[in-house]
Formats: sequence, structure tokens, C-alpha cells
Amino acid sequence: MTARAGSGHPGGSLSAADIITALYFQILNKRPANPRWPERDRFILSKGHCAPVLYAALAHSGYFPACDLLNLRKIDCHLQGHPDMHKTPGVEISSGSLGQGLSVSIGMALAMRLDRLPGHIFTLLGDGESQEGEVWEAAMAAAHYNIQNLTAIVDMNGLQIDGFTKDVMNVEPLPEKYAAFGWSTRVIDGHDFEQILDALEWSKATDGPAAIIARTVKGKGVSFMENKAEWHGRAPTVKEAEAALMELRGENPEGERETGE
Amino acid sequence: MNEELKPRATREAYGEALLELGKRHENVVALDADLAGSTKSGAFGAAFPERFFNVGVAEANMMSIAAGLAISGKIAYASTFAVFATGRAFDQVRQGIAQPRLPVRICASHGGLTVGEDGCTHQSIEDIGLMRMLPHMKVVVPADFNQAYAAVIESYNTPGPMYIRTGRAKVDFIYREPLAGLGKGCDVLREGTDISIFACGIMVGAALEAAAVLEKRDISAEVVNVSILKPIDVDTVVASLTRTGAAVTAEEHSVIGGLGDAVAEVAAEFCPTRIGRIGIKDLFGKSGKPEELLEDYEMTPEHLVGLAESVLAGRK
Repeated sequence: MTARAGSGHPGGSLSAADIITALYFQILNKRPANPRWPERDRFILSKGHCAPVLYAALAHSGYFPACDLLNLRKIDCHLQGHPDMHKTPGVEISSGSLGQGLSVSIGMALAMRLDRLPGHIFTLLGDGESQEGEVWEAAMAAAHYNIQNLTAIVDMNGLQIDGFTKDVMNVEPLPEKYAAFGWSTRVIDGHDFEQILDALEWSKATDGPAAIIARTVKGKGVSFMENKAEWHGRAPTVKEAEAALMELRGENPEGERETGE
Repeated sequence: MNEELKPRATREAYGEALLELGKRHENVVALDADLAGSTKSGAFGAAFPERFFNVGVAEANMMSIAAGLAISGKIAYASTFAVFATGRAFDQVRQGIAQPRLPVRICASHGGLTVGEDGCTHQSIEDIGLMRMLPHMKVVVPADFNQAYAAVIESYNTPGPMYIRTGRAKVDFIYREPLAGLGKGCDVLREGTDISIFACGIMVGAALEAAAVLEKRDISAEVVNVSILKPIDVDTVVASLTRTGAAVTAEEHSVIGGLGDAVAEVAAEFCPTRIGRIGIKDLFGKSGKPEELLEDYEMTPEHLVGLAESVLAGRK
């Protein structure tokens, strides 16, 4: 997708891919034919630059044809560089400028409370994004309003545009910060499906808001992208994309499928 | 002036109209950022505590929460001082409210210099410009209590986002009777043939006073109250400019980005006209009594008269 577009954010998309896969194909109560079904669960992509992985999940869930994906960021395509709630079916909020998604989620949760609607809200943030002050205004408010149906998932891939998060502006200790703000917290391996699914189910049952700190690898699954800040906002060339897809499919460069252990 | 109509602040109209909307419509919610007493949203909060969210001193959070409520079918009224609503939370308004065309009404009080003694940090002189720049955003500056009340009531059925600016200071009634709505938001309050005075907010009263003085000097001034600055009623502005061929604008805002610019844009495009602008001349505010500040920043009726005369002299 990003190779065809010639721009985009592959690194953070790959670190969040397993979490988003678990949500869309196991957890979310949704009706793709009726994206605004009032009783649905909601997934909020606060780190809007990871739109490619959200779009892939939406397409494969049936919100729109998968062939649209190859037109990401093209002038006539609904798939904007950052998610647009009015253009793409299934996108809950427009995001891209960081730090706002958790607050918007609280607004949605308050409205659902007033309307006595079921449905859980899962909001994905980045660790770099957690440097934004509004995230902590929201963290305070979610506990204050005792929001029951909200899970914040932090994709802790440890990298941001200018380097390692710990070097640019350390956000740790993140679990302790959320706990201090009054959230239930859990730390997981964000690439272990059993842990992801278990934590997501756990978060639905906590008293008050829940934060899942997911340790992830930026560029996960593509050896030449893993843990490299330069892959935050750089699209692969077509050749690089082919190599990456082969690796993700478990094929070696000669095209033979690895047998695995 | 009617003796029974004592001056009232437009922010008081916001508080009363918001309360009325709350009674009429279940899906009206309101938010404030620790200024509910000043913005007058507190009356709604007392009547409908379950639909009122005071988020504390966190304007960015307030705007984004308002967006989330609006996404979910609520008509959200978010209030704080104009300087914080538009400056502190600009990006949240831009991405979260304006771009997705959500029904959030940003009802900002304490617009302009007449905030008074609190000084420049709290005097909003650029809010109209900031909001006018945003696509989809409707920008309203009511002139008096009755117009502010009508603007807020009418806003319930207005599609998309809206910015309504109210003031701290008490202002004389321009409209003696309650209004059904704002119409096109460009009311010719007094007809004239020599010069048009376009004014908004508290400056409408000053414009009427100036017109009375000009009349004694044999200058026939037309006074137009522009309450909807965006989208501005181009037809009425052009008709007035065509009739008079000269204009002065008057606003409690920077001369950059506000009413002066809005009128000048229309004039430049459709009927080039010499225009003088009364407003804050690319300066920040300062502490002082409201009337002292208006004098100091050259925004009194006398200044309007002087500028009108010099515009007419320069035209010859």
C-alpha cells in the first residue's frame, strides 16, 4: 500500500498490526454493512498515521473493497493519508494530529452512557504520542468520569520520528503513570495473540478505564525495518515492499516457503 | 432608549438560551473549562448535571470531548473565554470539529478588549480571524442580549460547527424585542447615502451613535449590523457599498482577520470601495477599565466619526 502510494507510515503500522488484527477479527462487535450501528464497539485510531493497517483491517472486514487499498493517498480515493470519518466507512473519527483520540473517546463514552448504549471503546495510541499533554488531560478525565467502557492501548514500539522515544523524550514508566491517574493497567507483548486477546477481554471487565501497555517492535516482521526510526514515515520502494511481503508471508527470497519449526 | 431595558451582557443571553435549549432538547449537552460562572453555562449545569461536563482547566480536552459527544448524536455547546477557546485549543477545533463538520457550538465569552482589567492575556483580539479561517465554521458575533439569545436558540438547528462570540461587558439593547433568528446576519439598522458603517458586537451601539453625530454634520451614514461574519451576506454588503460608495468598519477585534477584512474582501472582489477600519491596530490589549481601553485604542463613536470624515475626504 505505502509502496504504491510512494509515502506513508509503515513502521508504526506494522507494530500495531497484531493488535488491530486481534480487535477486528476477534474482539469488536461490529456490522460492516451498517458502520454506524449504534450498539457497535468502537475502535479509535488516535495515532492516525497508522492508517494503512486500519484500512487493511477495515477492507478485510468488509467495510469497502480490498482493491481500494492500492489507491491509498491517491487524489480520487477515499483512503486519505490520515483517517477521515466522512470519507472511509468504518473510520470512527478523523485523526492525524496526535493526542486527541483519547479525549474524543471519552466524549463518545459519555454520550453512550447518556443514551444507555452498550459497546466498548478501544483507543490505540503511540508511545511518542503519549508526549502530548492532552493525552494526560484525557487520562485524568476518564478516571474522573469513571468511564467503564474504555480501553487505551499504547503501542510501545519505542521509536518516534527523531529516534528512540527514551532518548527524544522519555515517557516511561507508562504503566505507573496510568495507574497513578486511576486506571487499571496491564503490560503485554503486543505481538503475542494470546496475551493481546486475554488483555482486551480483561479490559472490558475492569472497574473504570483500562490501559494496556503493549510492548511492540516498530516495523515488526520485516527484518530491514525492525527497530529503525527511519521507517516511521518512509514508504518502501516496490522492490523493498516485495521483499517485506515475502518475509511477512514466511517466504524466503527465492520464493520457497519456509518449513518452520 | 427604553428605560425598562437595562443593559445586559451577551454572555448572560448565552446562559439563558442554553438553559432553554436544555429544556427543549434531550440531546443538548454542554461543556466548560472551569469558567462556568463567567461564561454563564453554569445554569445549564445546575439544571442538567448529567448532561454538563466541566472538564477543569483543560480546553484542548474539552474541545475533543465535545467532538466525541457530537459524533455520537449530541449537539454540544462548549464554552470558555474566547482567547482559550480559539487559541489554546485551535488544533482540537480544527481537526476534531471543523474538518469533520461536527455540530459543536463554541460559545466563547470575554471577546475583545472590554474584558478590561485582566489585561492582554485574557483579551481576545484574534479569535474571529482564527475561526473565520476554518472551513465549515460559521462565525457569529451578536450585538446585544436579544440577538445573542436568538443566535444560541437558532444554533440548535444549524448544520455543522459554529463559533458564537459573546462579551463580558453589559451592552445597550439594539433590538428592543426578542428576535426569531438572525436571518442573513446583516441588518441595515439605519439607512444612509454617504457612507456605510459596518459594525459587530459592542461596536454596533457606537456605530449608531456615530451616525447620529454625522447626521448633524450633514453626512448620511448607513449602519449595518453584521452578526454573521461567516458566511457574510455578500448581497447586503455590496448593496450598501454601491449605495454609499464609502465605508467604515468597527469591531472589538484586530483589524486583521475580522469584520474589517471580511467587508474589505467583499469590496475588493465586487465593488472596490475606500474603507476605513476601526479596531485594534495590530496590538495586544492591556489592563484598564473597558471605557478607558476603548478610548485608548481609538474605538469610540468620536473616533468612528473622525474616520468616516477622513474616508469621505480622501475619496474626493
